[in-house]
Amino acid sequence: MRELTGAEILLETLKEEGVDTIFGYPGAAVIDIYDRLVKTDIKHVLTRHEQGAVHAADGYARASGKVGVCLVTSGPGATNTVTGIATAYSDSIPIVVLTGQVPRTLIGNDAFQEVDIVGITRPCTKHNYLVMDIADLSRVIKEAFHLAKSGRPGPVLVDLPKDLMSMKGTYDPGRDITLRSYQPTYNPHPKQLAKVVSLIKRAKRPMIMAGGGVVLSKASDELRKFAGKIVAPVTATLMGLGCFPPQDQLWLGMVGMHGTYRANMSTGACDLLIAIGVRFDDRVTGKTDAFASQAKIVHIDIDPTSIRKNVPVTIPVVGDCRLALQVLNDLLEREDLNGALKLRELWLEKIEEWKSTQPLAYEQGEKIKPQYVIETLYRLTGGRAVVATEVGQNQMWAAQYYHVDRPNTFISSGGLGCMGFGLPAAIGAQVARPDSMVVDIAGDGSIQMNIQEMATAVQYKLPIKVVILNNRYLGMVRQWQELFFDRCYACTQMDHAPDFVKLAEAYGAVGLRATKPEEVERVLKEGLALDGPVLMDFQVEPEENVYPMVPAGAPITEMLLV
Amino acid sequence: MDETSSEKHILSILVENQPGVLSRVAGLFSGRGFNIESLSVAETTDPLVSRMTLMTLGDMGALEQIKKQLNKLINVLKVIDFAGAGFVQREMILVKVRARPENRAEILRMVDIFRCRIVDVGTNYYTVELTGDEGKIGAFLSLLKPMGIKEIARSGPLALAREKNGGPV
Repeated sequence: MRELTGAEILLETLKEEGVDTIFGYPGAAVIDIYDRLVKTDIKHVLTRHEQGAVHAADGYARASGKVGVCLVTSGPGATNTVTGIATAYSDSIPIVVLTGQVPRTLIGNDAFQEVDIVGITRPCTKHNYLVMDIADLSRVIKEAFHLAKSGRPGPVLVDLPKDLMSMKGTYDPGRDITLRSYQPTYNPHPKQLAKVVSLIKRAKRPMIMAGGGVVLSKASDELRKFAGKIVAPVTATLMGLGCFPPQDQLWLGMVGMHGTYRANMSTGACDLLIAIGVRFDDRVTGKTDAFASQAKIVHIDIDPTSIRKNVPVTIPVVGDCRLALQVLNDLLEREDLNGALKLRELWLEKIEEWKSTQPLAYEQGEKIKPQYVIETLYRLTGGRAVVATEVGQNQMWAAQYYHVDRPNTFISSGGLGCMGFGLPAAIGAQVARPDSMVVDIAGDGSIQMNIQEMATAVQYKLPIKVVILNNRYLGMVRQWQELFFDRCYACTQMDHAPDFVKLAEAYGAVGLRATKPEEVERVLKEGLALDGPVLMDFQVEPEENVYPMVPAGAPITEMLLV
Repeated sequence: MDETSSEKHILSILVENQPGVLSRVAGLFSGRGFNIESLSVAETTDPLVSRMTLMTLGDMGALEQIKKQLNKLINVLKVIDFAGAGFVQREMILVKVRARPENRAEILRMVDIFRCRIVDVGTNYYTVELTGDEGKIGAFLSLLKPMGIKEIARSGPLALAREKNGGPV
């Protein structure tokens, strides 16, 4: 028990939680915290916008599997975090957002830089707190970390009144926390899993759909073992990419609106769908009535609200994905599956046939094809880069053509589809993994939403590589307009963009440009070999589309193909 | 019951007695498009715990989601669904009814029959307090209506599960 100021109690508790890095932006309400922060060995990364700070904390969490931490001031500092918090909430990413608040006596008085951030973020946080008593401070911070990383992870916000940070209180380290109303179910019910095994044994056309829950629960190894054991083809949602090796015979590619032909066709034809750590987003299911209509569905997820929310489920399994797969693998060890595997020969043949009929493809042309840029990037990096993406066409091409084979290496805003995510997330990922090559695959639209973070990358010598697929359009919306709105390109032309090469140089980074297909490889090689941050501008075919595409609301098996 | 037919359900929700909890529950309903037909909140015997009695309208699928989503809130301790279980339900109303001289005897008679009370008497209006289930309250109000109802305040239903009768069989 020690007498410390609120700011010191906060920082001591953060150290107890193992925090080594904070992404943030100072201001009046957090000035006491900053004054103490620089006297600790916690590293602080000063972003250029609070939204950048949250996305960076999010990217840090996705790349490391640890809790990302963000610290901002009250009022506008706090409201600027909302988009980033909603992004992390949609994708179940563990972050703790610390916001300054006006002194307690001023709360509710419309004080300078006062907003009710707890009220504002209630629907987009897993939980949030306003600390009103210094005696609660340490406990609340610990609860925030516990909630952020346990169960279905998510963002937790703690609002810290300024006067609390400068007043003295007692710090009592090492206290355990108990939350009487929060007990996530980790261990799946064994009876449910026994039923899953019996379905597996009878299935003629089983398939596995893996989602972000597999990445979050670190279940990739178990998934690989499981799929091999039951010989079921595997697809993944955008959030699940990396949890299964794309070189594997059983790999179907991504499922969903821009999923592969074989993955989408398989969902329509399978008789058993084992969905692990997914939430059946509408971008994955298409028309829900037609989704996996021949299949019994097994749904394994730690969040009971995900189960039966969007699609009917035959066998619900509430629990941690990794533990569930471990138990299933153990149960399957004792089973003779030879008979079951015989049943599946026709199914596996069918999938091989789909693989060869409609593979992902594009045609080379006079101008640079965006897919070609990513294919070349994949080849040159040997698939070993940590890939962050922006949102839109660039994101889908990245998912289709950069075949990540390890979890925590594909960092993308899936649920919220948040433009401007990629660059700050890449910064967070690079901080978390200083020895990895980190690439942000961007479009010319979304990169401009948080372009100011180039300054952060330069200041902290973070050697991220930004690959801009520059088509001078808001490409994905333009694609919809082309296909469904009679080519009326309403407000999607970005006729004026900055000169990205000069912009990079203005920030103190290196800028490179390719305008012809034959320059792509040279520019990528040159850019990837440089030590510092590099921004590469690829002027690509303006009206290239992402295919396959399932029109919104259509069955997932009804794809527009090239 | 049909899976997709909308029905009224009474949920009893035990929550931590803290600021903001009501907002979390109400926000959950509005944000997800669920209905709140009525809601009442007060402390329980444990001052750290409040009970919300909430009546909602929805099919079985919606009700399942509502219960799961409520349980997911960190401050929610327990969600009790009275569907299919024995429970007692009461609502209290205060109603201001027009009391013309020619109606006064009739109002007093009904107050007697329904075992309710007149809690305020004005020159033109009586305020009546009635407690009962939905049926009783509906019947009483329909009888008062022709005389002229000025205002009503309703508590919304409160409910508790029935104790099991007798000892072990």
